[in-house]
Amino acid sequence: MSLKHEIEFTLNGVKRKLAVDVTMNALDMLREVVGLTGTKYGCGEGECGACTIQVDGVSLNSCLMFAVDCAGRNVTTVEGLTDQPRGEALRESFVEHGAVQCGFCTPGMMMQADHLLAKHEHPDAACVKRGLEGNLCRCTGYKKIVDAVVACGGRDSVTPAQAGVQK
Amino acid sequence: MTVAEKKHRIIEPDSLIGKRIPKMDAPDKASGRTRYIHDIDLPGQLHGKILRSARIHALIKSIDTSAAKALPGVHVVITAADIPDQRPIGVAKDHFPLKVGRVRSERDEIAAVAAESEEIAEAALKLIKVEYEDLPVIGNPEDSIKPDAVLIHPEPHGADGTHLHLKQGTSIAHRGKADNVAMRFDYAHGDVVQGEAESDAVVEDTFKLHYVTHCCMGVSGMIAEFDAAGNVQMYSNTQVPFLHKREFAEYLNIDPARIRIIQPPIGGGFGSKLDIYPFEVICLYLARAAKRPVKMLFTREEEFLASPTRQPVLLTLRSGCKKDGTLTFRTVHTLHDNGAYTSWGATTPFVMMQTFSSLYRVPHCDYHTAAVYTNNPYAGSFRGYGNLQATFAIEQHMDMLAAKIGMDPLEFRMKNAQDAGEVTGQGMSFKSCGFKECITTAASRSDFARKFAENQANQKKPGNIKRGIGMASMLHVGGGAKIYPSDGCGTILKMDDFANVTLITGASEIGQGSETVLSQLVCEELGLPISAITVVNNDTAITPWDVGVHASRTTFIAGNSAIGAAKKAKGKILAVAAKKFDCTEADLDLRGGFVIRAASGEALVELSKLLRNLHFQEKAELVMTTFYYEPPSVHQDKGFKGDVSAAYAWGNQVVEIEVDTDTGFIRLLKVTGAHDVGRVLNRLGIEGQIEGGVVMGQGYAFTEDLMIEDGKMKNPNFRDYKLVTAPEIPEMDIAFIESMDGEGPQGAKGVGEAPSICMAAAAANAIANATGTRMFELPFTPEKVYRALHGQTPKRYWKPWKAE
Ligand code: FES
Ligand code: FES
Repeated sequence: MSLKHEIEFTLNGVKRKLAVDVTMNALDMLREVVGLTGTKYGCGEGECGACTIQVDGVSLNSCLMFAVDCAGRNVTTVEGLTDQPRGEALRESFVEHGAVQCGFCTPGMMMQADHLLAKHEHPDAACVKRGLEGNLCRCTGYKKIVDAVVACGGRDSVTPAQAGVQK
Repeated sequence: MTVAEKKHRIIEPDSLIGKRIPKMDAPDKASGRTRYIHDIDLPGQLHGKILRSARIHALIKSIDTSAAKALPGVHVVITAADIPDQRPIGVAKDHFPLKVGRVRSERDEIAAVAAESEEIAEAALKLIKVEYEDLPVIGNPEDSIKPDAVLIHPEPHGADGTHLHLKQGTSIAHRGKADNVAMRFDYAHGDVVQGEAESDAVVEDTFKLHYVTHCCMGVSGMIAEFDAAGNVQMYSNTQVPFLHKREFAEYLNIDPARIRIIQPPIGGGFGSKLDIYPFEVICLYLARAAKRPVKMLFTREEEFLASPTRQPVLLTLRSGCKKDGTLTFRTVHTLHDNGAYTSWGATTPFVMMQTFSSLYRVPHCDYHTAAVYTNNPYAGSFRGYGNLQATFAIEQHMDMLAAKIGMDPLEFRMKNAQDAGEVTGQGMSFKSCGFKECITTAASRSDFARKFAENQANQKKPGNIKRGIGMASMLHVGGGAKIYPSDGCGTILKMDDFANVTLITGASEIGQGSETVLSQLVCEELGLPISAITVVNNDTAITPWDVGVHASRTTFIAGNSAIGAAKKAKGKILAVAAKKFDCTEADLDLRGGFVIRAASGEALVELSKLLRNLHFQEKAELVMTTFYYEPPSVHQDKGFKGDVSAAYAWGNQVVEIEVDTDTGFIRLLKVTGAHDVGRVLNRLGIEGQIEGGVVMGQGYAFTEDLMIEDGKMKNPNFRDYKLVTAPEIPEMDIAFIESMDGEGPQGAKGVGEAPSICMAAAAANAIANATGTRMFELPFTPEKVYRALHGQTPKRYWKPWKAE
């Protein structure tokens, strides 16, 4: 068994203190130590984007990041994303536009899309496609995912009421 | 609302059919809340890992697991020697979950470990020592059929040269093979000699179709647990829970009633979960031995190595036609690389021969397949099931024959296309058929004729950027497929006091959206909003029997079953209401949550109120119904003739590309598709199926290539196995032809597999249109295209071979 290291960081707005293996990646920490399973393992090698999270507002592959490097940072996962207005709007847009099939790529796609929307408020389709290049989807053919993100960026302002997802 | 107003409330007709209905499971999936198999952990669970072969083809001389067993945290280590009652698995029952005496491919399972953690299990695998004695490797199916080829499954089976490791009295043991031929298919109608004699033009070419794999984003996995009484509970991603329940029972030598399969939501299927794989049986063995739940998950690398592939095919096709454009005959020989073991890939000829015999009218057809053993990976079923391969050859020959007799490729196809009412030489009977409309629609929407002529004229002009346009058509089962003795599906439907419906269906949801479509069909019948329904579809202890998700059958078969149950419920309700309102049942209908007068739409009573009355007052009746739907299709006879599907799906796709002749790089610009889907049920869902299928077909045609060299996989990762990414997708224009199938649920036919079938064939035709060069081998990577354009690809010819 390898060495444990204690880290403190903010996860989806909540301060956490955890002991993690120094060899563990952030993906395993989230899924196995914290128990948030929305972030997915697709390849473990930075090639598929299923594990995308945001650290200090920047999207990255959690499978390539050491868990201990979360220390002192602000980490957001899909579970926290949909608590925020833009995340809610994205979720609604993904649902409405049929951007979800098996759904396995969806959390990573949304984390990446949210990061994109933070940088470009109204991205066009070409910009969204480039932004999502690192995220693989085997089901949808991407078109509806791109539509969902473009439409979300097209909304002038999103109120929590608009963003509510119908049951 | 006053009483008077209430009395006259009119409910306008409304329909859920054809609308854009968001998938019911999408909100949870888009919130990270959906629990896939990877996200489920059971208390006390151990982690299982498999040791795979370090050799491609070898005898196992010895296995030493003592060091692994001694590692702290390891609960169980098993090899074939520990499981004396192993039964052979797979479509031809030709391998054991844990290999006995011999390994035949890189993926072969030698030993397995259950430990406290994945890390410990992995560490234990490294401590297992195996001694091998190498055997010659067959990496090429053409070598496999040579007279002196080493046998992959020599007789008799078993390390010690006996069958004694098999349980006494077992009749199903694979006894080995005297040659390397795993399966053969021979089909014919008419007389190809006569057909050839009547031909004015004949073409013959060899086509080579490569390995690709499913790449489900969620890797394979399973959790198995035995209770104290020996009952088994499995969390599994299977697409065929009821058939597999029986099979697993056989492998465990227990009564199928003791097996319960729970299917968590799945991270992609596409046919990959249609067979039972060694890891699943091994996981059960581990759980049985450890007396603890065991969870087994693949890594991505393992997913590449140990999942099935699409069937690779070497194919020689000879086709002919008359001067007036009438097709005369087709002769087809294929060599299927069966890999080391037999799974569904070997049976793709069932579908392939249908395309050869019946996509167009062909009076004379002769079809032969030999699936031969090699030391390569083995192929399973994969969306389209052999049809991508068959269509690739046929549709290129359609263009080539048309060119030979100087006919427009569009006109040539129209001349030979099937119509409704035809029965083909193979016995397929086309009740609804929008094929010709698919062709003309895709052609006119893409401006095919003009662009085709223009591109052809541009071929010889200067400049390295050439445009090309090409088309291909498809035929696939769309009303189930009678492959097993039954093709049916059961439904249980119950309604509660508030007029909410629980739909319990045998049909599995694999991300394709069946849950939502079935809900639409039921709610349409009962006049309820989609929010009134809950679907239960994932637990064999609860759901009624179904044959599984495959052959694009779920909408059609499970849809008809769900409608049947809903109609029964509606009948019960209307009978009660008719009594209450002193009229006949025909005077009434259900709409908007009310019982209404059919003629005027006047609301008579809220459905929920009526149901409460029924429940609490009269005879304390509950509205519950069951229905089982078995489609009116016919099994094939021994000569493969029959009408296996109750309906058939048609389509045509036009592909537009831009080729850089200096680099061989191709840009896929646009795909125009027209698909006969019977009727659109959920527009959002069906668009998603088509778009996803088109891009999967794009990957098959252009980017994906699972490289196998002498049995060794060279690129088991997403870095070197190139899936299509978002910036590469084409513009897509998809039209739906609604032929309103008489047997289909609300007129619909299956469409799940259809959209990926045409892409590679249409792309090949587009390359020929752009450059004048024909390409007979996939995929169209820049390197391959460059070589072909610059005359560096020797033309392959595989001489048809028939197993003796
Ligand atoms: S799991 Fe991290 S990129 Fe694939
Ligand atoms: S929805 Fe299945 S991988 Fe994207």
